[in-house]
Amino acid sequence: MASVEFSLIPFLAWLVSLLAVPAIILLGKKPDAREGITFLAAIVKFGLVLLMLPLVREGKILHFSFGEIIEGIPIEFRVDGLGMLFAIVASSLWILTSLYALGYMRSLKEHDQTRFFACFALSLSATIGVAFAGNLLTLYIFYEILSLSTYPLVTHHGDKEARSGGRTYLSHLLGTSVAFVLPAMIYCYWKKGGDINFTDGSLLTTDLGSGAGLIVLLAFTFGFAKNGLMPFHSWLPNAMVAPTPVSALLHAVAVVKVGVFCVIRVFTGVFGIELLKKLDIAVVVSWIAAFTVITSSLIALSQDNLKRRLAFSTIGQLSYIILGVSLLSDFGVTGSILHVAMHAFGKITLFFCAGAIYVAMHKKYVSELVGIGRKMPITMTAFAIGSLSVIGLPFTGGLVSKWYLVMGTAQSDQIALLVVFLISSILNACYFLPIVYRAFFCRPEESLYEGGRQEAPLACLIPLCITALLSVISFFNPGLFIELAGLISNK
Amino acid sequence: MTDHLPILLLLLPLFGSLICVLLGRNNAAHSWVVAMISLGGSALLSLLMLIKVLGLKSGDFRYRMGGWPESSSYEVGIELRVDVLACLIVLAVMLVGFLNTIYSKTRVPAEVGEKGSFFYALIQLLIVGLCGIIMTNDAFNLYVLIEITSLTSYALIAMGNRRAALSSFNYVIMGTIGASFYLLGVGYLYIKTGTLNIDDIHNYLQSEDLWASQSIVVAFILIMLGVWTKMAFFPLHGWLPNAYSYAPSMTGTFMAPLMTKVMVYVMIRVMLWLFGSDFVYSPESIWSELIIWMSVVAIVAGSFLALARNDIKKMLTYLIIAEVGYMVGGVWLGNLNGQAGAFYHILSDAAMTFCLFIAASIVIIRTGESRLNAFDDLFRKMPITMIGFTIGGLSMIGLPPTCGFFSKWYLIKGGVEAGQWEFVVALLFSSLINAVIFFKIFERAYFGKIKGIKEEVTVQDRDTIPAGGIKSVPLSMLIPLCVGSLSILIIGIMNKNIFSWITKALEMVNG
Amino acid sequence: MDIIIASFIEEVIVPKFNYWIYVILMMIGLFAMITKNNLIKKLIGMAIFQTAIILLYVSVGVKSEANIPIISHHGHQEHVEHAQDENHSPKPEVSTDDKSEKGDHHTIDKDKFANPLPHVLMLTAIVVGVSTLGLALAISQKVHGSFGTLEEDEILDQLKPGGHD
Repeated sequence: MASVEFSLIPFLAWLVSLLAVPAIILLGKKPDAREGITFLAAIVKFGLVLLMLPLVREGKILHFSFGEIIEGIPIEFRVDGLGMLFAIVASSLWILTSLYALGYMRSLKEHDQTRFFACFALSLSATIGVAFAGNLLTLYIFYEILSLSTYPLVTHHGDKEARSGGRTYLSHLLGTSVAFVLPAMIYCYWKKGGDINFTDGSLLTTDLGSGAGLIVLLAFTFGFAKNGLMPFHSWLPNAMVAPTPVSALLHAVAVVKVGVFCVIRVFTGVFGIELLKKLDIAVVVSWIAAFTVITSSLIALSQDNLKRRLAFSTIGQLSYIILGVSLLSDFGVTGSILHVAMHAFGKITLFFCAGAIYVAMHKKYVSELVGIGRKMPITMTAFAIGSLSVIGLPFTGGLVSKWYLVMGTAQSDQIALLVVFLISSILNACYFLPIVYRAFFCRPEESLYEGGRQEAPLACLIPLCITALLSVISFFNPGLFIELAGLISNK
Repeated sequence: MTDHLPILLLLLPLFGSLICVLLGRNNAAHSWVVAMISLGGSALLSLLMLIKVLGLKSGDFRYRMGGWPESSSYEVGIELRVDVLACLIVLAVMLVGFLNTIYSKTRVPAEVGEKGSFFYALIQLLIVGLCGIIMTNDAFNLYVLIEITSLTSYALIAMGNRRAALSSFNYVIMGTIGASFYLLGVGYLYIKTGTLNIDDIHNYLQSEDLWASQSIVVAFILIMLGVWTKMAFFPLHGWLPNAYSYAPSMTGTFMAPLMTKVMVYVMIRVMLWLFGSDFVYSPESIWSELIIWMSVVAIVAGSFLALARNDIKKMLTYLIIAEVGYMVGGVWLGNLNGQAGAFYHILSDAAMTFCLFIAASIVIIRTGESRLNAFDDLFRKMPITMIGFTIGGLSMIGLPPTCGFFSKWYLIKGGVEAGQWEFVVALLFSSLINAVIFFKIFERAYFGKIKGIKEEVTVQDRDTIPAGGIKSVPLSMLIPLCVGSLSILIIGIMNKNIFSWITKALEMVNG
Repeated sequence: MDIIIASFIEEVIVPKFNYWIYVILMMIGLFAMITKNNLIKKLIGMAIFQTAIILLYVSVGVKSEANIPIISHHGHQEHVEHAQDENHSPKPEVSTDDKSEKGDHHTIDKDKFANPLPHVLMLTAIVVGVSTLGLALAISQKVHGSFGTLEEDEILDQLKPGGHD
């Protein structure tokens, strides 16, 4: 079994980006120095996370808590396999996104860049806080801080659209978390008579019945609305008014992954797979997730705005993760955790490309992308790789996680859900592949573009190449992620 | 010396106010100094008292006025009971008073003019009254102090503009009705028990088993009605919005955080110490259910009415009404978490309301505009004020680590334990409405006006326009705001300690 | 029918007539405070309201054939018949010994003396009432100065559109 060890590193990893915030604000007048702080913090954070990796792989759990903020509940950091995986994904991608954001914001000469980078750092701090949270209250606190710190990022442009998008964002996220998670959390605290930490299914020791259990489970699942589950999903497409670096990291990787991460924690930590099997309530969540998968893919087909199409695709992919964990089987849980990483790499590539297209060509709509492959071959190749990963086709990491998910449905005898996965893969192909095809293989006279190559600036290109590469590498070398995921599911 | 702490901290402001009266008109600056000294001294004394009481094993100490010897059977003298709960609230009152006096330095000449010294005299008397209410153990003495408090507050409110006098008059009417009901209730109790000392009444009621007596029930109802009128518990709240909005700003910032909360404290004392939890929460009583539903209505109505308001101060006063609903409902839940949560909420709400009112007053004074469009683009013009207001707003919504989150936590826990789900739903609902209210304001403040929408900027109050638009805010106004915001965070982070003190004291009385 | 009314009066009203009086006065006062338009009339109602309560307190302290509560050390006590408290105002039975022993060698029969406590309380209450009345009158003066009238509806009219709001 896992042994718990005290370590200061989780706290430091969290602290790094928090300290970056005042530094960024103070250096606001010096853009280069300011961006330098961001990079420094990102690299240090990634380094610290990697530092903990060998220990976690051995099966240790790193623990750090300070202060009891409410009777019996400390602010607790606890790094296990799941948290480590998420932290690796988030912190590595932060470095790349910072580079990308630099290129994007500077080429478009965006306003309020100090506020942008400061909120970015704060959001990352909150994300790592969620990743390393050791109990439900800590998780909740950082979840809320994340909602608040990403709000200025979403409403960055400050115009009517941005504000209305921001309002939807905040109302959906705050509303659900306050209305659903808070009472559910307090109820669990009361039932358990104390701390709700994530060791092996906390609620197993209580006398929770099926009815109450279902209500609490649904409260948590819907309450963490960052997971994009319908019907509280509309904040995601509306949040696409944000600048693309925001959409890329936060909405393809950090914010939404926080949502599903919380759901995984609730399933494995708060309830525990055993208890859920006993109460037999997880199947409700499976079907809600399945519904979301299909519906969002169908809606994605109809979207012409590229970022909105990607947003709906994200909603569907997030529900893969929820579906996977609700299968309650080893493969299912492993698959869903893997998908956190694989989808992150794939989706961020796609968003980077969308942003690059906007920076270089000022194009936002799919219908305008005919023939763009010749103009921006690197970008569109990366886009193709990202699409393949999301669809789940060979040579990209997406296939690995999808494989596990499909095996998970078989393992838990839910053949209907296997069919759901297949259908959605087909739908994914339907809304991604035509874009790639028309970008590259259209006839010369249909192309909307003339002339030679005109790629996006280098600062934008490099990250998207790296993430595309990561998608491919993770297919050939998924070992690390599988191992980390296994630490949770194979208890 | 420490034995006499309770009376000392009452005497300092009392003499302070006398000196201020003697200083006469046109002497606001000297009066300010006197007030600072007396309130600062009292604040320190109340801190000392808190430390002393925390060290006591028995949890409280009694101070007998005039040295009347203690009698085991029949109390003659007036007794002050100083326990942790009393110390905490006295400390809160003194601190708010002290900070408010700092704030009032520039406001008194502007809003009250030549009557400045009388303002300080009245405020100090008000503080004496409030602290007396908190510490006294005698039911009739409580009435007298309630009336002292009320009278000074009527006068303080009437010092404002022309609408203030009318609002104060309405407050006089309703406040007198309330206090008289309280007096009537005490009268019934006296008739039945022959004593006025709170502990004595409790012992007598218990030993003679008078719980079922109709007079006692009627006494309880009358006292409750009286206290509810004074704390603006919906639907007896009609006097509050006008009274607090039109009062001079430094009156509003003092009274809004404290007056209603001290009345909630009185209700808790009466319920738990005078009548006892056996009587109040007895199984056959429908009172708990009924009153919790009433508080649900108060919370929902207060939140909605606040949402509908365009005037900043009115909006905040309706939020106060909702908060009173929290506390009343919390106490009537009948379990330790509910009571302690309501008590913690007294402290937390005092901090929040103080912070919000000061920020709102600064905004109104500096922009000359009392409606919500005063907040347009405010972050650029007055960043510190806006941040203070933001912290207060986040606390109202109930986001960690502000104190509002923790008081909601305890109240919801109490509600869950007691199975009163309507109360839990009401609490969550009001959090959401508060989120809507405050984020609308934040949006305006941080992102500026929506381009293209023209709004009429009408000037509300000629008394308070600064010459020349928005100047930088004087330090005397910012310091209380900053301390207020800090205290919101401190009370939040220290909630475990404070809560454990409160529960210990409550456990002693609940037996 | 007459018998019922007569017995009602005999049993319910007469023994507790002070309660009836104070209730009626209270209601008159409340009615005036709430329904009257003129501010001064409201204040009169308020005074009546407070007076009712004062009457209640005083009336319950009455004992028939009781003396003024001043203890003379020369033992000038009239031997009064055992007086009954009129409306049960019991002292807790246990206290008789303590209180009367205080510094006095003679036993004092509490029933011979009127109860001073309600009067003390009501003196305070009267003072409070007077202060409230004085304050309220001062406020009314200010209202009159600002609005020129003491009728509530006229004042509210002035405050509506057109007026300074």
